[in-house]
Order: sequence, then C-alpha cells, then structure tokens
Amino acid sequence: MTVLLEARGIGKRFGGVQALHDVSLTIRRGEIYGLIGPNGAGKTTFFNVLTGLYPRDGGEVMFDGEPLKLGSPHEVTRAGIARTFQNIRLFANMTALENVMVGRHARTKVGVGGAVFRFSSARAEEAAIHRRAEELLHYVGIADHANDLARHLAYGDQRRLEIARALATEPKLLALDEPAAGMNATETAALKTLVEGIRADGVTVLLIEHDVKLVMGLCDRVAVLDYGEKIAEDVPAQVRNNPQVIEAYLGGSLEH
Amino acid sequence: MKKLPNAPERKRALLGTALIAVALAVLPLVVAGTLGNTWVRILDYALLYIILALGLNIVVGFAGLLDLGYIAFYAVGAYLYALLASPHFGIHWPAWAILPLGAIVAGFFGVVLGAPTLRLRGDYLAIVTLGFGEIIRIFLNNLNAPVNITNGPKGIALIDPIRIGGHSLSAPLDLFGVTVPGVVLHYYLFVLLAVGIVFVGIRLQDSRIGRAWVAIREDEIAAKACGIDTRNVKLLAFAMGASFGGVAGGLFASFQQFVSPESFGLLESVMVLCMVVLGGMGNIPGVILGGLLLTLLPEAFRYGAGPVQQVLLGRVLLDPESLRMLLFGVALIAVMLYRPAGLWPEARHRRELAEAAAEKKA
Repeated sequence: MTVLLEARGIGKRFGGVQALHDVSLTIRRGEIYGLIGPNGAGKTTFFNVLTGLYPRDGGEVMFDGEPLKLGSPHEVTRAGIARTFQNIRLFANMTALENVMVGRHARTKVGVGGAVFRFSSARAEEAAIHRRAEELLHYVGIADHANDLARHLAYGDQRRLEIARALATEPKLLALDEPAAGMNATETAALKTLVEGIRADGVTVLLIEHDVKLVMGLCDRVAVLDYGEKIAEDVPAQVRNNPQVIEAYLGGSLEH
Repeated sequence: MKKLPNAPERKRALLGTALIAVALAVLPLVVAGTLGNTWVRILDYALLYIILALGLNIVVGFAGLLDLGYIAFYAVGAYLYALLASPHFGIHWPAWAILPLGAIVAGFFGVVLGAPTLRLRGDYLAIVTLGFGEIIRIFLNNLNAPVNITNGPKGIALIDPIRIGGHSLSAPLDLFGVTVPGVVLHYYLFVLLAVGIVFVGIRLQDSRIGRAWVAIREDEIAAKACGIDTRNVKLLAFAMGASFGGVAGGLFASFQQFVSPESFGLLESVMVLCMVVLGGMGNIPGVILGGLLLTLLPEAFRYGAGPVQQVLLGRVLLDPESLRMLLFGVALIAVMLYRPAGLWPEARHRRELAEAAAEKKA
C-alpha cells in the first residue's frame, strides 16, 4: 500500500501547554486509521492542525505526494482532506440537502456572472450539485430528510449529514472526529457499516474515537497519543497489548 | 435548483409579473394626479433607499456581516458622479459612463474597507464599519484643502442631470401632448434599476455564491471546512453590496443635483440598516417593504400630523416635524416587539424565531 499522508514532527503549543510534541504518523492509502488516546491527549488538536484550523509550531505534512499547505482550512479541503467535527457543526438553518450542496463548493466554480445570467454551463453545474447532494444523502441513508432543516434531524442523522457534507468535497482522506460520540449501540453499529462502506468506495479514513471497541474493530492500524506524544502506532492487536498504552489508560484494560 | 413550474403555474407567474409591471408603470401617474409631484419625489427617494437596502441586505442579510458604515458607499457613488459631471472640475461625463464606474469604484471601496474587518464578527465588526463610514464622511467634509477636491462642507452644486437620448430627466417631457414631469421620468429610471438589482439579488441568493454566504452566516468554521474561501466570499459580499450602494449614490447625486457630506451621516446608515432588519433580513421582498415603509411613513407623518390634530383637537398642539420622529420611533419599537424577525422575514429566520418563541412558552 502506498502512503497517502505522512506527518513529520508536528508540534503545537498553547501558551505553556505543549499540546502536541513531535508527532509523526503515516496513513496508507485505503486504510482506516485510528487515532486514540485518553482525554486531553491531543487528538483533536492534531486534527485541527492537520486540517489547517490551528497554525502549527513545527513539522510538516506530505499529502498525496505533495507538501500540504497548512494554515488555511479551505485549501486543505481542496487538497483532499475533509473533516467532521467532534461537536457537530452543521449549517443548522439550512436543509440537509443544502448542507451537502455547500459541500460541493470547493469542486464547483460558478461565480457572480454565472449565477446572475444563468448560462447553460451554470445551470448544468447547479443541476449536478443538486443531483450529487441527493446521491450522497441517499448514500449515508438520510434521503428522506433532504428537505428538513439540519437542526431538526435526529442526533445520529446529524452525524451522517456531516459525513455526507464532507464526502461532497470529494476527499481522498476523510477525517472523522469522534463520530460515535453520544451514539447508542445500534447507531454505532450502523456508523461502523457506513465507514466500512466509505473505505470500500476508495476513501481513506482517519478516525478519532473514544470508543476503543469501535476503533479496534474498525481500524487497520491505530496510533495512540498521550500527553501530546505518540506512544504507539501499530495494528490493533499489537496496540492492545502495548504496556505503554495500557499504562496511559491508567492501567485500565482496553477490553471494556 | 427548483423544479420547473408546470404550465398553469408558469402562466400565473407571468400574469403576476405583468400585473406588477403595469402597477409600477401607472403608480407615479396616479400619485402625481392625486397627491401631487411632491409624493412622486418621495417615491423616487424611496426607490433609492430600496436599492441601498437591497445592497446592504447582501452584506447583512445573506452573509451575516453587520455593517454600520454602509452609507459610505452611497457617498462614494454620489461624489464620484458629482465630480465627473459638474462645473466643479468642469468635467461633464455622461451618466451611462459614470454609473457603472460608480458601481466599480464603490465595489473597490467595499473590498478596501472590508479587508481589514475580515477577522471581526458581530459587535466588533459593527464598531469598525461604523468608524469607516465616519472616516469617509469626514474626508469628504475636509478635502477642500490644500487641494479642493470635494468642496468641503459647502458640497458640490449644479450637478448634471441624467440625460437620455439628449433629453434631461430633470426637465418635463412633452409626450403626445401630455407633459410628463421630471420626477416621473426619474421614477421610471429608478424603477428599472431597482428591478434589475432585485433580479441580481434573487439570482445570487439562489446560487452557489448565495449558499456560501448563508453558510458563513451559519457557521464560519464549518464553511471553511467545506472548502469555502471565506475571505474571498466575504469580500465578494462587501463588494457586491457596496456597488449597489455606489449606483444608488450616483442616481442620488444626479437627481438632487447637489451633494454635501451631511447627506451621508451615521443616521443614514442606521436608517438603511433599519429597512433591512425591520423589513426582514435576507428576504428580498421584505427588504423592499422595509425600504418603502421607512421612507413613506415619516413623510406621511410629516404631512398628516398637522391636519389630523387640527381635526381631532381643533388646533395643532405638537409640531408635526418633531412628532413625526416620535411616531416613527414608536413604530420601530412596535415592530421590534411584535415582529422580531421583521415584517416579512426570510423563511429561515421565521422558523428559527417561531421555535425560539415556542421553547420559551414550553
């Protein structure tokens, strides 16, 4: 398998707190890569640095063979990394369909002139945006709610909508920040199926998760962060038995 | 994209458009015949304010950027027209050249003033834009020395009226034996431009760009994560809104044939913002309604307050001039209390507020 993303020596400091220290990891094309760690280990910080939301203090990222320009989230998205948020960030007063249509922004280009005069190319693009958004709603299984406001969707459906919106940007890497947070067992199982389907369709997945069972069952490889440092990176079976990892989880077993 | 309307729906829409067109065409003639030319002039001003409000609606209503200095772009358009078509510099360009130039220059100013505010939101953005608005006005007030550019507080007079086919719009036109006064001619020009701007607004709203604006209004970080270059898309909103303001300013200068800095104070910015907010932020018909009401109501109070007191009380107890601002204020407060989303809100805002109210009651 070829390498899709390689992060080298990523550092991030908030005032006196070293949130990330020299984190390096490699994500291969087509895998589901898990990033776990206790609360405050720096998982979301890493995510935010990777997606350009926070400026980094050091290190670099190679993505798809090219250095990734970190610092502007929309350019990261255009380069092919899409993300969801730990605390869902939908456009609450837009419909589900409109949310996904916004996701098509980076891959479409009609400007003011096209919008005002509706040239045939602009109409065709708008129709394609609409069609693709409907397909994606169908893909994540919430086509019935296309015209509901995002804020009115059930919690699990909001998570799905966020994934659909992220997929609309045609990512090579889909980064999910705790997608199972707050989900019950049934919803989590359905999410697992969805993520496996996304990978089967050729999108590499980076998954931050608290639910260790889900990560172990879903991921091909797992990295463990603790106090901003990577303490392990391996297949789940190895990580599970890594003494350092067990120690990081306060001696608690990873079997719960 | 909306579904194509079926035949009867399309017919109804066509009929509606035709009715509105006829009503807009006949309106000034009826008003001139019954209330007099003064009221046609008031209608003309109402149209200018509607154009302004539609421009500000792009910034405030669509993109959610609270701009309190919007009148600056009106000033830029007005002064550009004044400088390029008056004896002040002895330049007399035709209106068809200045008005588009005004849109471009005002749009440029929109970008220049918008750029430093990109990281600001809400209250902070309002304060900075308010400052920029005042800076423009103070510049206009003081740029008469060392080189006299704007003629300072005295303003610029004797501005050329707009000419169409060699005929000045400020002079009455004899048409088949009927004399059409200048205010009515201006009305037709302003209506045409206002309709054009409504068209642009509606098309933008229902497009990739319009969705990006709403996305920024809803959640800027999520918008970035969707690949929206929020900087450019916000600047585009500032530029579009400002260019509408610039066109309105040029029309204003040519219509009044005189500009001075005092027409572009903070109160004017607040008035235009009131039109957008009270009419219904983000909803184009609502904004038009807001612009119309807030121009016509104060005038109605001005002309109506005296005679009404005379009839009811037998004498004029309160000066109509001060009473009209009082009534105006009361009307604003009433709308805010009873229709917080505006008189004719955008569907999105309406749902939001209805839910908030329901939650409160529950």
